[in-house]
Amino acid sequence: MKGILISMKVTLSAFFRKPVTRPYPDVHKPLPETDRAFPILLWDEAHTEPYCTGCHACERACPVECMTVLMKDNPNHVNNDGTSKRKKIIDKFWIDYARCMRCNICVEACNFEAIAMNNTWSGHETSVYDRKDLIMDLPQLLAQHRSGNIDEWVVS
Amino acid sequence: MSNKQIETQEILVNMGPQHPSTHGVFRMVLSVDGEMITDVQPYIGYLHRGAEKLCETMDYRQGIGFMDRTEYLANFNAELSYVMAVERLLDIEVPERANWIRMILVELNRLSSHFMFVGAFGVDCGVFGTPFLYSFRERERLIDFFEEISGDRMMYAYFRPGGLAWDVPANFVSRVEEVLSSSEQGIKDMDGLLTNNEIFLSRTKQVGIIDGKAAIDWGMSGPSLRASGIEYDIRRAEPYLYYNDIDFDVITGINGDVFDRYFVRLQEMRQSINIVRQCLANLTSGAILADAAARNLRTPPGEVYIRTEAPRGEYGIYLVSNGDNRPYRLKIRSAGFSNLQALRDMVIGSYIPDAVVILGSIDIVLGEVDR
Repeated sequence: MKGILISMKVTLSAFFRKPVTRPYPDVHKPLPETDRAFPILLWDEAHTEPYCTGCHACERACPVECMTVLMKDNPNHVNNDGTSKRKKIIDKFWIDYARCMRCNICVEACNFEAIAMNNTWSGHETSVYDRKDLIMDLPQLLAQHRSGNIDEWVVS
Repeated sequence: MSNKQIETQEILVNMGPQHPSTHGVFRMVLSVDGEMITDVQPYIGYLHRGAEKLCETMDYRQGIGFMDRTEYLANFNAELSYVMAVERLLDIEVPERANWIRMILVELNRLSSHFMFVGAFGVDCGVFGTPFLYSFRERERLIDFFEEISGDRMMYAYFRPGGLAWDVPANFVSRVEEVLSSSEQGIKDMDGLLTNNEIFLSRTKQVGIIDGKAAIDWGMSGPSLRASGIEYDIRRAEPYLYYNDIDFDVITGINGDVFDRYFVRLQEMRQSINIVRQCLANLTSGAILADAAARNLRTPPGEVYIRTEAPRGEYGIYLVSNGDNRPYRLKIRSAGFSNLQALRDMVIGSYIPDAVVILGSIDIVLGEVDR
C-alpha cells in the first residue's frame, strides 16, 4: 500500500509542473539551425543562376541513389557574354524525397556549397497523396532558397 | 496441481507479428496447457533488411547511416562500434575532444534508450499511460538535445571514422547540464512510480528467472546478464574510449528475475549521469576530426572485431577489408539477438501475461535482432 501511495505522490506532483506538450499544427517547435530535413539546392542571387554545376559529386556520394543530375554548358558564361564564371551549369536535377535517408552526405560531398539540408518546417511537412509528387525537380528544389525563406546551414 | 483432474488439452497460441507487446514485429507461438506455457517457438526475420549486405556495397561514410537503422533506439552506440572498427583498421588516432564528445553522446543515448525501456516495460506490466508518458517526456528532451547537435531526431549519422562530422554547438556544456538535471528528475519519477509499487512488484518478482550460468551459456550480455549476478561490463572488461579514466560502478542484480533486469537498468541510468558529469569536466577544446581521415577512406586489408557496451549489451562489428573503400564483409553481433535466445528458458512454466513481461524485460529492438 505504501508503494502505491508513493506512486500517487509522483503523479500528483506532475499536476503542478509546466506541460511539455504543444498543440502541434498551430504551434511549431523552434528548430535548431543544424536541423536536417531534405536536401534543397541553393540559388546564386549575384548571377541569377544556381550554384550547382552538375558535377555529380553528390549523386555519387548518395548511399540510396535518390538523385539524378544532368549538366549543360552555361549560357551565362563570360565567354558567351554572360556574367558567370561557371562553365557548366545544372540542367536537370531530381531528388526523390521518398528515397532520401537524410544523411547529410551530399552536403559534405559538394565542392561548391550548392546543396544544403532544409532546416525549416517546410522540409518536414511534405506529405502528399501520390508518391510521384515526392520526386522534386530543379525549380522545386531551388524555390525555397530563391524566395529567401531559409537561413541555410552548410557543414564546413 | 488441482487441474490435473480436469482434462486439459494443449493448444497453440500465436502471438504477433503484429502485436503491441512484441516491441516491433516479432512472432512467438506459445504452446499452452490452460494458462501455463509449456513451450515457445520464436520466429524472427520480419524486419530483416539486409543491413550487413547493404553496407558491403557502400563506402565507410555511407555505411554509418545504415548502422543507425539497425539499432534505432541507441544509434550513437551503433555508430560508435562501426567507426571504431574502421579506425582500428586504419590505425588512426582520434582527437581527444572528439572522443570525449562521443562518450557523452553515447552515455546520453544509453539514458534515452533505458527511458524507452522503462516506459515500454510499464505498459507490458499493464500500467498504461503514466510511466510510459512520463518516460517519453524525458526521452523527448534528450532527443531534442541530440537534434540540436546532429540535426536529426533519431538517425543521427554524426560520427565519422576519425572523429565527428562537425563540431557541437557553443552552448553544448550548458545544454548537457540541463538534460542531465531533467533526466535525474525523470529517474526519480520512474523510481517512485514503479520500484516500490506493490502491483508492479507482484507482476515482476520471481518471474522469468534465469541464473548466471544459463545466461552466460545463452550468450546474453548487457543489463540482462548483469541482472543474473554476473559482473561483466565491456566498459570495464575491455575499456574503449576513455572509460579507463572514469569512475563508475558496474550494477548487478541478485535473482536474475524480471524485476532485477528492470532495476539494474534504472540504476545504470544514474551511473550514466555520473559518467557524463565526469566527461564534461574533462572536455577539452581542439580538433574534432583526425587529419588522417580523408573523405574517401581506403582501409588496408585485414579484419577486426570491435565490441562496445550498447544499452542492450555487446554490440560488435566484425569487419573484413580487402583494401577497398568499402567493407568486404560486415557482420553485426547484436545483443538483442543473443538475449532473445534465452527467452525459451525463461518463459516455460510461466503464464501467458508473464510471457509479455519477460519479453519486455529483455528489451529487444527488432531492428537489431533482424538487421
